[in-house]
Amino acid sequence: MLKNRIIPCLDVKNGRVVKGINFVDLQDAGNPVEQAKIYSDGGADEICFLDITASNENRDTIYDVVDKTSKKCFVPLTVGGGVRSVEDINKLLNCGADKVSINTAAVQNPEVVIESSKKFGSQCIVVAIDAKKNGDKWEIFTHGGRNNTGIDAIQFAKKMQDSGAGELLVTSMDRDGTQVGYDIELMSKISSKINIPVIASGGVGNLDHLVDGIKLGNASAVLAASIFHYGKHSVKEAKEYLDSKGIPVRI
Amino acid sequence: MNVTIVDYNSGNISSVINSFKEVANDKVNVEVTSDLNKIKSSDKVVLPGQGSFKSCIDALNNISGLVDILNEFAISNKKPLLGICVGLQMFADIGYEETETKGLGWVSGKVSKIDNQNGKYKLPHIGWNQINIIKDSKIFKGIENNSHMYFVHSYEFVPENKNVISATTDYSSNIVCSVEKENIFGTQFHPEKSDKTGLKIIDNFINL
Repeated sequence: MLKNRIIPCLDVKNGRVVKGINFVDLQDAGNPVEQAKIYSDGGADEICFLDITASNENRDTIYDVVDKTSKKCFVPLTVGGGVRSVEDINKLLNCGADKVSINTAAVQNPEVVIESSKKFGSQCIVVAIDAKKNGDKWEIFTHGGRNNTGIDAIQFAKKMQDSGAGELLVTSMDRDGTQVGYDIELMSKISSKINIPVIASGGVGNLDHLVDGIKLGNASAVLAASIFHYGKHSVKEAKEYLDSKGIPVRI
Repeated sequence: MNVTIVDYNSGNISSVINSFKEVANDKVNVEVTSDLNKIKSSDKVVLPGQGSFKSCIDALNNISGLVDILNEFAISNKKPLLGICVGLQMFADIGYEETETKGLGWVSGKVSKIDNQNGKYKLPHIGWNQINIIKDSKIFKGIENNSHMYFVHSYEFVPENKNVISATTDYSSNIVCSVEKENIFGTQFHPEKSDKTGLKIIDNFINL
């Protein structure tokens, strides 16, 4: 039976982890390679890096991080943030990323999704959808949630599936950082309309939220950041909890 | 000993390279090349593959003489070869992804789309699934039945002779996820991304 996945996400800026695990015994808390290794040893089903480096001159730092991580972690590694072109995707894959997540570029230039999924295969193309509720629909935001495009999120999800995306990483901008739980309505609406797997993101504050994301939101995988980083829960605890709620996980 | 990972522009092979280098000790030299002479003189060959069946077959054919050398290596000389994902699928006679495409014909059978039962099952089949070992395979030495492996695919290999199947996985139906035919081995899952159990399979192959 296929298991639901738990994916810890690390924010990386200028090659360093911004929000990270607060482990006392960690020699270098800002080192993304060490943190990713802790997660993979702890049973993370995949690792996600979100590169939030703002300045262009430091953008290359992520390549070095990916290269070093992929030599130590043997679970799938997804890298997103600032991915603009087929060439960016190519570089990340060559450094050892298994999947690349595309956000703003997928909205501005959907050709990137079509071209890259043809060139590298759908399996490595994740489209990240940042959506915010407006009345009775959800609209796509780009540039890390700053720009409202007015594009309907559910229609966009279908379009990305047809363009060759292998998975969708759906983040609720209303919930992100709030720790009140995923936007279940958004997740289940998108999941029911498309046939590719949905990864739920944005808003996890406790382990029940992960359960809801899968049971109510019909997500194939759940992504979370802060509940793992600050030592509130380990990936292992999360898996055992999901297992106790009857959700199939890899233990 | 030389283990050669065939680099034929089949998509992202860095994880395959990293995992083999992690497992190989000083006695094993891991080469990544499309050089025909190096492949020929190698002790073992790994055939990775990502993207579509057609794009991988096209990429193999684009390197003049490569298919002949692989045939010589695996069929005439019967040296150990491991196909991963589409690398395994290409063993088939024929594949139906994008368009009907002739495969290598090493293990009789076809590659067709997984039946998603009218949308009941999401495709691609992505994530960790358990393998049901149905035949002793040399690459499964020390691997427990029902171990989890990482999968990413929408097409499945359906061999004609069921005796070659060494493991299946349950997704919509019993999908063939590992084959062994004499010196030819293949996994539909990605041992290079399947954590310690995956690395053990790679170790088993290297130590054949």
